Amino acid sequence: MPGRPEIMARIILTSGLGNQYAGGQTELEIEAADVRRLIAALDERFPGIGPELKREMAVAIDGQIYQDPFLERIEPDSEVYFLPRIGGG
Amino acid sequence: MASENQELKWIGTSPVRPDGTDKVTGRAKFGADLMLPGMLTGKILRSPHAHAKIKSIDTSKAEALPGVKAVVSAADIAEMPSEWVPAGELQLNYRDLASNIMARGKALYDGHAVAAVAATSAAIADAALDLIAVDYEVLPHVIDVEEAMAPDAPVLHEDMFTEGVTPTPDKPSNIFKEIDIGIGDVETGFAAADLIVERSFKTAPVHQGYIEPHAAVASFAEDGQAELWCSTQGHFTARAYCAKLLGMDVSDLRVTASEIGGGFGGKTTVYVEPVALLLSRKAGRPVRVVMTRDEVFRASGPTSGAANWVKIGVTNDGKIVAGEAVLKYQAGAFPGSPVQPGCMCAFAPYDIENVKVKGYDVVTNRPKVAAYRAPGAPIAEHAVESVLDEVAKKLGMDPIELRQKNAAREGTNAAYGPKFGPIGYAETLAAAKAHPHYSAPLGPNQGRGVASGFWFNVGGDSCATMNVSEDGTLVLATGSPDIGGSRASMAIMAAETLGIDVADVRPIVADTASLGYTFLTGGSRVTFATGMAVIEASKQIAEELRQRAAKIWDISVDAVVWEDGYAKPAGANAGDFEPLSIGDIAAQAGKTGGPISANAALNAQGAGPGFGTHICDVEVDPETGRVTVLRYTAIQDCGKAIHKAYVEGQIQGGAAQGIGWALNEEYIYDEKGRLDNPGFLDYRIPVASDLPMIEAVIVEVANPTHPYGVRGVGEVPIIPPMATVANAIEGAIGVRMTELPMSPPKVLAALDNGR
Repeated sequence: MPGRPEIMARIILTSGLGNQYAGGQTELEIEAADVRRLIAALDERFPGIGPELKREMAVAIDGQIYQDPFLERIEPDSEVYFLPRIGGG
Repeated sequence: MASENQELKWIGTSPVRPDGTDKVTGRAKFGADLMLPGMLTGKILRSPHAHAKIKSIDTSKAEALPGVKAVVSAADIAEMPSEWVPAGELQLNYRDLASNIMARGKALYDGHAVAAVAATSAAIADAALDLIAVDYEVLPHVIDVEEAMAPDAPVLHEDMFTEGVTPTPDKPSNIFKEIDIGIGDVETGFAAADLIVERSFKTAPVHQGYIEPHAAVASFAEDGQAELWCSTQGHFTARAYCAKLLGMDVSDLRVTASEIGGGFGGKTTVYVEPVALLLSRKAGRPVRVVMTRDEVFRASGPTSGAANWVKIGVTNDGKIVAGEAVLKYQAGAFPGSPVQPGCMCAFAPYDIENVKVKGYDVVTNRPKVAAYRAPGAPIAEHAVESVLDEVAKKLGMDPIELRQKNAAREGTNAAYGPKFGPIGYAETLAAAKAHPHYSAPLGPNQGRGVASGFWFNVGGDSCATMNVSEDGTLVLATGSPDIGGSRASMAIMAAETLGIDVADVRPIVADTASLGYTFLTGGSRVTFATGMAVIEASKQIAEELRQRAAKIWDISVDAVVWEDGYAKPAGANAGDFEPLSIGDIAAQAGKTGGPISANAALNAQGAGPGFGTHICDVEVDPETGRVTVLRYTAIQDCGKAIHKAYVEGQIQGGAAQGIGWALNEEYIYDEKGRLDNPGFLDYRIPVASDLPMIEAVIVEVANPTHPYGVRGVGEVPIIPPMATVANAIEGAIGVRMTELPMSPPKVLAALDNGR
C-alpha cells in the first residue's frame, strides 16, 4: 500500500546564518516536531548554529512570529523562518 | 465574561485616567522626587573630548574634600566579558554597557562619564568634580557615519573586526556588522522594470526628547541588599542590568519605577542607575543622581543618524518588481544600532518578489544610540516612501493608488520572510483616500504628501496580579511602567472581562519584589502582552467568584454563571437566588476560602503587525525656506483601541515627534566633536504652537491572537511623518529633499538650486 507522501517542513535561515554555518544554503527541508527538535537537527547538520539560533533568533511558523521559541509545534508542511528578535522603543 | 464577539461596554471608550489627577496637581512622584533620610547628591564627571585615551584619573583631592562621601570610576565596576542580551530592540552587551556607564581606558564621546561623586550637597559635589584630575591623550575623532566607514578613519575599538563578512577581516574597523536580507533576485526584477528610480538620503540622529531627565535614587543596606527608584521603561530589566554590573544577586535588588515623564525608548537602558547604586554602596547612604538637560543630550542615546540609498523598479502599470537598499546606521560609541529592524522594515509594507537590503552597523564618536519608537524603521522607510512618491509622480499615478496596488495583505510574504496574517495596511490606505483631507484644495506654495509605515509589534513576558478588596473593589498590579496610558487600558480590559465598573479597578505598577518578571514597556507590547495577562487574571477571578457564589448558595459551581459583574444561577433549575456582586462575595470571602486573588504570568506570542498612512499639507515660505505644517491626518490600524483618547494621543505624539525629526531636530558638533546644542533652545523639538491639530483616525482590523483584537499603537505613528512631510514639500516647491532635517536653510538652498 502506498504510504503517505513524505512532507517535511520548509526551513528558511537568514543569509547571515546560511553563510556562516550552512555554506550559503538558506533553504532546506527538515522533519522536526517542534522548535527545540528543529534547532537540535540543524545543529547536528551545521555544527555551531544551534547556540546562535537559541541566543538571537525568533521564528515565524506559518506566519506566526514567536520571539522566544522552544516548544512550539511544527507541522510536516510548515514554513519556518528564523529571523532576528524584535523589540522596540 | 465579555469577549471580542460580545457588545463591549468599556473597550473603545475614554474613561478618566487613573493617573490623571496626580499629574495635573503635581502630586505624581517622578524620578527626582524621592527624598530619603541622609540622602547624598551624586554627580558625574564627563569627558570634554570626543575621543581620548584616559591615561590616569586622580580622585584623591576630591575624596579629601569635606562633605564628599564617595568617589567612583570604572575601577569600581568589574570588567565584563563580551555578552549579548536582549534589551528593547537592541542586543545589549554587558562589556559595552559597563564601559558606557563609566569610560574604561578611553572616552569615546563628548559627555562620556569618567567618574562620579556623592556628597552632602550639590555644591560640594560640583566642587569635588572640579578636583578630579583626568589626564587625557586626545585622539582623532569621527562623527559622520560614512566618514567612520572610510579605511583611514580613526578606529574607536581596536578589537572590533566586522562581523557578517567572510572571511572575518584582519584589520579593525568601525563597521561592527554587515547585514544582508533578501528574497528573490533583484537583478531579474530590475530587468523587468519599465521605470527605475534611485536616490541617496541622509537622516540626522535625533533624541527621544522626553521632558523628564534620567533620575535615580539608590539605597544600599549593610547586608548587601539594595533598593532603587528610577525613571525607567523597564524596572525588571533595569534590575537585571544593575545587578549584573554590581555583581549582585538579582533578588537582592528591589526596583521601583517612578512616574515617568516620557521615554519613547530612551529609558530602556541604564545610565545613572548603576552609578547611584555604586555611590550608595561605597558611601553607605542613599544617593540620588539626576541628569541635567545638558547631560541628557550629551550622554544618553539618540536614535541613529544614517546614510541610505534606495532603488525601486516598477512596470508601467505601477507594479513594483524590485526593491534594493543600502542602509548605514550610526550606533554611537558602541555597536548595536537598530539597522537590523531597519533592514527588515524597509520594504515590509509591500508585496515585492525581489528585495535586497544591505545594512551596516557603524560606531562613531557620539553617545551610544538607544531605542526610539519603532527603532530603525523610520530611517529606512523614510527613504523607501520618498522614492515611492517619486515613482508615482513619474508614472503619473496617484501615490495612494500606487501603494494600494502593491500593498501587503494577509498571505503576502513580508520582505523579511514570513507570511503576514490578517493585517490592515490596505484599510489604512482606503481610509486615507476617502478622507476629506486628501481631496481638499491647496493654495500657492502649498503641497500635500502621503506616506506609510510598518512595525512588527511584539509580545513577551508579562505578569498581572489582581486582588479583590473587602468591599469588592479591585487592585490590579502589573510590572509595566506606564508611559502611554497602560494603567487605564489595563483597568478597562479587567472591567470589560469581569463585567464591572472600570472605576472599581485600581491599576498600579508594582515593584520588582512584588510581581513576576515583566519585560520592559516598549515595542508596542504592553496593551497586547500585559493586557493578555490582565485578561487571564480577570478570568481567574471570575472563576473564583463563581466558586465562592456556589459555596454561598450551597449549589454546584456548574449551576453558577458569571455575567455582567454578578454571579447568577445558571438557570431555573439552579435555584432562586438574588445575583451576587463582587462586593457581596468579597464580604463573605473569609467564610468561603479566604482572600480572593489571582496571578497570571505568560509569554505573549502572536503580536499583530501595525501599519499607518499619513497625509500632510505644508506651506513653504519661498523667502525664508520655513515650512509650516497646515494640516496633518494620521491613520493607523491598531487592531482594537482600548482607551480611545490614549490611542489618539499616542498617534498624535508619534506624528509630532516625526514632524520634528523631519523639519528641525539635529545634533550640531563643533570641529572638536563637542556637542554645540545640548538644550531645548537650540535643539528644536516642535511645540504645540508649531503644529496644527493632528487628526488621528483609528482603523481596527482585529489581531486574532488577542482576546479583544489588540495590535499596539506607540511605534507606528513615528514612521511615516518624515517621508510624508518630504513628499509634501516636494509637492510645494517641486524639489526632492534628501537630507533631514529639512530646516529653512536647506529648503532655501533647495529652492535656490531648483530655480
